[in-house]
Amino acid sequence: MATVKDRAPAGLGLNDDIGEQKRLALYRSQVRLREAEQRAYDLFLQNLVKGTSHLSLGQEAIAAGFAEAMVKGDLSFCTYRGHAHTLARGVPVEKVLGELMQRDNGLMRGKGGSMHLTSEEHGVMGSYAIIGAHLPIACGAAWRAQYKGDKDVSVCFFGDGTTNIGAFHEALNFAAVWKLPVVFVCENNLYMEYTPIADVTAVEHPAADRASAYGLERIVIDGNDADVVYRAAQKAFAKARAGEGPSLIECMTYRHSGHSRADPAKYRPDGELDRWKLRDPIKIYRERLKQFGVAEKVIADIDAQVRQEVDDATEACKAAPNPPLDIITTDVYADGGWAWRN
Amino acid sequence: MAELSYRDAVIRGIAQEMARDPDVVFLGEDVAKAGGVFKATVGLYEQFGPLRVRDTPISEQAILGAAMGAAMTGLKPIAEIMFSDFFAVCFDYIANEFPKSRYMSNGQTKCPLVVRTGNGAGSRFGAQHSQSVENWCMMIPGLKVVAPSTPLDVIGLLAAAVRDPDPVIFLEHKSLYATKGEVPDGEIVDTLGTAKIVRPGKDTTIIALALMVPRALEAAEKLKAEHGIDAEVVDVRSLVPLDTQTILGSVAKTHRLFTVEENPRLCGWGAEIVSIVADEAFYDLDGPPVRITTPHIPLPAADILEDAVLPTPQRIAETVRRCLES
Repeated sequence: MATVKDRAPAGLGLNDDIGEQKRLALYRSQVRLREAEQRAYDLFLQNLVKGTSHLSLGQEAIAAGFAEAMVKGDLSFCTYRGHAHTLARGVPVEKVLGELMQRDNGLMRGKGGSMHLTSEEHGVMGSYAIIGAHLPIACGAAWRAQYKGDKDVSVCFFGDGTTNIGAFHEALNFAAVWKLPVVFVCENNLYMEYTPIADVTAVEHPAADRASAYGLERIVIDGNDADVVYRAAQKAFAKARAGEGPSLIECMTYRHSGHSRADPAKYRPDGELDRWKLRDPIKIYRERLKQFGVAEKVIADIDAQVRQEVDDATEACKAAPNPPLDIITTDVYADGGWAWRN
Repeated sequence: MAELSYRDAVIRGIAQEMARDPDVVFLGEDVAKAGGVFKATVGLYEQFGPLRVRDTPISEQAILGAAMGAAMTGLKPIAEIMFSDFFAVCFDYIANEFPKSRYMSNGQTKCPLVVRTGNGAGSRFGAQHSQSVENWCMMIPGLKVVAPSTPLDVIGLLAAAVRDPDPVIFLEHKSLYATKGEVPDGEIVDTLGTAKIVRPGKDTTIIALALMVPRALEAAEKLKAEHGIDAEVVDVRSLVPLDTQTILGSVAKTHRLFTVEENPRLCGWGAEIVSIVADEAFYDLDGPPVRITTPHIPLPAADILEDAVLPTPQRIAETVRRCLES
């Protein structure tokens, strides 16, 4: 795997700076994301998830670590690979699965689909399917915070492939020069879509190695260790809230599935997935909890509770009706309708 | 009442809205300290300060993206894209982000912003700084599209655009910046989606937009003086929402329809208007509707070439006369 500069410090215990309660929350969140994404995949195989979907299996530590470091009012801007980031902010599994299954109980009643999950009440300000589009948008939300003196941070998640599109560079320069309270999080899972990011990028670390061009610190972390992610997030958020400007964090990770549901990921070298599964974020975290003395039963109870939530959500979605046709023309304009003429 | 230039009307319109609402902020390239390349934002930086009037890098995606993020979270941004031709480098926001976020989120996401831009030909700048791109915007559900032709309309429609809860593309015509008109004192607010009959007439309807409005008016005077033809001129002002009632009402009265567009031929707004009239008022027509456009070419730079392709008062009058007399 690529270089990782920051690993969890050795010798800290359960009640260190993170603490038992937060660690259990981090664990629960990661298991919940894993179970929900795995269920989405299973439902796809049953033809119940329609359209496309881009899973975050294997990348759960990043979504969980950042979301657990956020407070109410902080804003998430996600990509089309946004199920995990949406769920991690507390959006019910039923709402997400319902949208993937294109039912009336979905987060947007089927009007957006898998790639556009949005739940403003949870601070999820949209999932954007045009690569790079949301980096400038996150800058704008951060500009509002700066202008109004609000203390929230805008957090923008994107993949390694995004680092080669213009909007990435425009947004980083813009955020740096305006000193905006925005945190850019690159999930480097080694593949842009089907092509290794290394084959199409001039530098080893596609995000971090560009940071110096915008006067930002070069930060590469182990994106499969939720403790590392959580600490990096806290540090970047504190900097943003103190008015000291943006951060760019490159999280090294690996997706266990293909790019989208259409992709069996046959382009991977033999053994690569197996090696990364040894560093499965949930496996790592479960071992850490045990190492810190958390009882097996506590872990098993969390697993069971999460499984129950996902099972219940699945049943609710299967029973939910399709969206009614009368929503086709609603909410094109702010008056609720679609009239373009008198 | 005072005489004001179209350029100064832009300044007054922005200032009126910024003075009214502290959530109105303004960003763009060279707009603050330099006062804008067309001098249409002079003094705003001095009046409203560096937090509300902000110079950006040459990053059109960042400008529009930032405007959107600010609008989604509570501000009412006015973003300037210096030349409307540059919409092509930030078209994702215009085509995919501003107009679709509310719909895709089932009504959760709001996007109350205004994109102002210098549009249109006449400055001899060539094919990448002279286009009229209103058709690029008109075809996208979720946007509103406005193009004023007078200083009074600049202020009133800009105020309406800023106060509107939807994303509005506000097209200022570069060749109108120096033109002048009477503007009353005090607050001016107009209504989006309203066309205006700027010259009543009984013999034919001429529909025009932006720079084509004064040219259509000049053509109408010429038609009256030289041929006794009494043309009604309608300034569309707002392509979306489109005031079809004023257009259909005018055609019902005059029974003839001409559209004057500064655009290349294909897929122009005039075609949409002709289509609506053909669908809904076919039997009001005494002759075929006629579109007057530029040829379907990129715009040439040289003055003599550019002048030859844009609709002129002479060409408009001649086309109307020929069609009415045939």
